[in-house]
Amino acid sequence: MSVNPEQRTGLVPRWARWIAVTSIVVFVLVPIGTLVIWSFAFRWNFPNILPTEWGLRAWSYTASDSSRVIEGLWNSTRLALVVTLMAIIVGLPASRALGQHEFRGKTTVEWLLMMPIIVPALVATMGIHQIFIRLRLTETLFGVALVHLIPAIPYFVLVMASVFANYGTALEDTARSLGANRYKVFRYVTFPAISSGLLVASMFTFLISWGQYVTTLLIGGGTFVTLPLVLFPFLSGGNNSTAAAISLVFVAPAIVVLVMTSRQLSRDSALMGGFGKL
Amino acid sequence: MTAVSLRHISRRFGEHLAVRDLNLDIDSGELVAFLGPSGCGKTTTLRMITGLIEPTSGDVLFDGESVLSTPTERRGAVMVFQKHLLFPTMNVAQNVGFGLKMAKVSKDEAAQRVEDILDLVDLPGLEHRKAHELSGGQQQRVALARALVVRPKVLLLDEPLANLDANLRITMRHLIRSIQKELGITAIFVTHDQEEAVMLADRVALMFDGVLQQVGAPDEFFRAPRTTGIARFFRNGNFLRGRRQGSIVRTDVGDIEIAPGSTNGRDGPTVLTVRPEEVQLVTKDTPQDNVVPAVVTSLIYMGSHSQLTVTIGDTPWQIHAPAAFRASNGDTIQIRLPRDHVSIVSDDDDTVAEQSGAAPPNQTTIA
Repeated sequence: MSVNPEQRTGLVPRWARWIAVTSIVVFVLVPIGTLVIWSFAFRWNFPNILPTEWGLRAWSYTASDSSRVIEGLWNSTRLALVVTLMAIIVGLPASRALGQHEFRGKTTVEWLLMMPIIVPALVATMGIHQIFIRLRLTETLFGVALVHLIPAIPYFVLVMASVFANYGTALEDTARSLGANRYKVFRYVTFPAISSGLLVASMFTFLISWGQYVTTLLIGGGTFVTLPLVLFPFLSGGNNSTAAAISLVFVAPAIVVLVMTSRQLSRDSALMGGFGKL
Repeated sequence: MTAVSLRHISRRFGEHLAVRDLNLDIDSGELVAFLGPSGCGKTTTLRMITGLIEPTSGDVLFDGESVLSTPTERRGAVMVFQKHLLFPTMNVAQNVGFGLKMAKVSKDEAAQRVEDILDLVDLPGLEHRKAHELSGGQQQRVALARALVVRPKVLLLDEPLANLDANLRITMRHLIRSIQKELGITAIFVTHDQEEAVMLADRVALMFDGVLQQVGAPDEFFRAPRTTGIARFFRNGNFLRGRRQGSIVRTDVGDIEIAPGSTNGRDGPTVLTVRPEEVQLVTKDTPQDNVVPAVVTSLIYMGSHSQLTVTIGDTPWQIHAPAAFRASNGDTIQIRLPRDHVSIVSDDDDTVAEQSGAAPPNQTTIA
């Protein structure tokens, strides 16, 4: 059933591949390369192609306490991990239901799941802010994590629902009839089948939380500082070298995730099936 | 001895009654085919036997004891499906050994049993292959071996051959049949293919719309279909209306004698049928009883035979004529309905009218 990889590449004409490769270089590698150069630049004025003086000042400032980068990195990391964990706990049963079962109101549920993608998160967060103040959830990691779930859950559930739909229930039923109880079915059959999809969905969720700015600012109230909150003043402040260094810290996990998941994404097209609904 | 008993089982999904008051006893070592069009409730019945879904009412018994409170994993009713056959992350040996691992059979014994069963399904030496390295037929054999190795109380096959090509399907039918007989396993086979049911099963249980229509040896569905709907499902649309008086049916085209033992139905309005392959074209040598006139409407050469369509009175009939038979449209020919092949069927349209209550007799003319 799976398409021979050689046939698949054969379907893409040579010029199309050239365009793809060139776009990646222009839109991904060039900006990142520029950031790297800026982060080591001490003096870099207009007509020069490369900096006239080099230095580590931006990096040493980034590593210092006064920049709050380390604090932001730590907060962003544990926040994204909590969001991912919560997305798995809430989203896994939900995506299984959406992927494998027919029930009344399924279309409505799918629409509701899309809403955070359609409606700007800012709108929802304003309302949630009022409620969170009363619940004393503002300025806490848990409160911020809950708000990050709003944009994260749709992506997680879309990916996982298509994984579950693709995988079906027949294997689990077979395992049950062969004497495996529900726990053993999950351990030996379900989990191995969905694990690569779960990895991709989890990394997406991690990155969505990692990139949140407005929601963190509103619910965290400026007290809970994440990496985007640290970065923003430098972007508008005009210190290009420091902004470049912090930006590199900020994009590092995204690049790691991209490299780690690229194999899964290219091999298992069913994983991306859910995005057809967007 | 009865291995599996279904007692008045029904299953409702919301408003839809998927299975209605089904009763069936399956003997130990018997292979029963649940046959019917898709959506007739046959797979639902199978899943109720495994415990994957519960009946809304009724009871399921294994060896005379109710298993309704026994969860699927302890019932010993093992399923084989048509697709998603093998656990993709495991090799052949791990797949086949899965049930033994769940039953905590010792490793040495499990390895021996896996080897033996792979020999039985004619796949020796493939223990370390992954599922995707096998052909469709090999995967099907591994799935069968995986079910058989745990010595199931009952083997449940849900259209297991539907995804295979025609030649492989025939090979697999013979394999399933011979292994099932050799091991004496009780098996239930779900299929929509009447040819497959007839070839494989000791008994066929035909279902339409959640209702068991007729249960019996395969040939009974050809010799004595109970209703017009059953006859049609077995590709017999030859019906002639008449009025029965003892062993004679009086029709518009003459009196037809039926076998005296025919017990289906009683005196009064009735429908008779003869299968296309049993209708005889009258020659000088054939006996001249039960002969009626028929008008040829089409003749299609089919290679091994010719498919002749005629009208008797105003009723269309199909006849398997010899390949060399020649006739022109509009010719009147004489055909014979051999007494021993005439069977009485009850008319499904009448049955429906009776069930739904006060359907006026002239309803059909209005429609």
